[in-house]
Amino acid sequence: MTGNIGGLPPFLTLVGQPVTVELKNDLAITGVLVSVDQFLNIKLDNIKVVDEERYPHMLAVKNCFIRGSVVRYVQLPAPSVDTALLQDAARRERQQPATGARK
Amino acid sequence: MSDQLRSLVDHPVFVYLTDGRTLVGQLMGYDQAANVILGKTHERIFSSTEGMKSVAIGVYVIRGETIALIGELDEELDDQADYDEMKVEPLDPVIL
Repeated sequence: MTGNIGGLPPFLTLVGQPVTVELKNDLAITGVLVSVDQFLNIKLDNIKVVDEERYPHMLAVKNCFIRGSVVRYVQLPAPSVDTALLQDAARRERQQPATGARK
Repeated sequence: MSDQLRSLVDHPVFVYLTDGRTLVGQLMGYDQAANVILGKTHERIFSSTEGMKSVAIGVYVIRGETIALIGELDEELDDQADYDEMKVEPLDPVIL
């Protein structure tokens, strides 16, 4: 990830935004991003399962914690992402990796 | 991470495991690895031919690795749901 993983700046600006988390088994959940941690565990509020007719199992669940290890994608609203900033941060990260990163 | 689950302690929760199983129970404790202690646990077994069945299995310690998702169970919505008529395939397992 770019920049400081501990603080996760790219994700911090997304708290409060609607995102869609797609799990590795294709299940997708839309919700408001509440928090993210260093493992990319994700907490969402006001969740709605995408394709809820196929997945009524969770209709009584309104907010959830998703373990980072099962996430395939996090779909972000395009206007929320400053791609120029991310590209800069990624370039700097490649030249000078933060703790624990490989080149 | 501890913050993320702290708000769910002592609440009824829905736990979705990587093998596809769905459990409900009371979140009693957790740690940094998202290992979890679940009290009053019921396994919810879904089938496309019969309504949902709930099997009581007591107190469980669940290894964080096998947890895909933990949701706060809204008891009002849960009571309103007609699980006897809910004929759906069980949730898919997650292949890591």
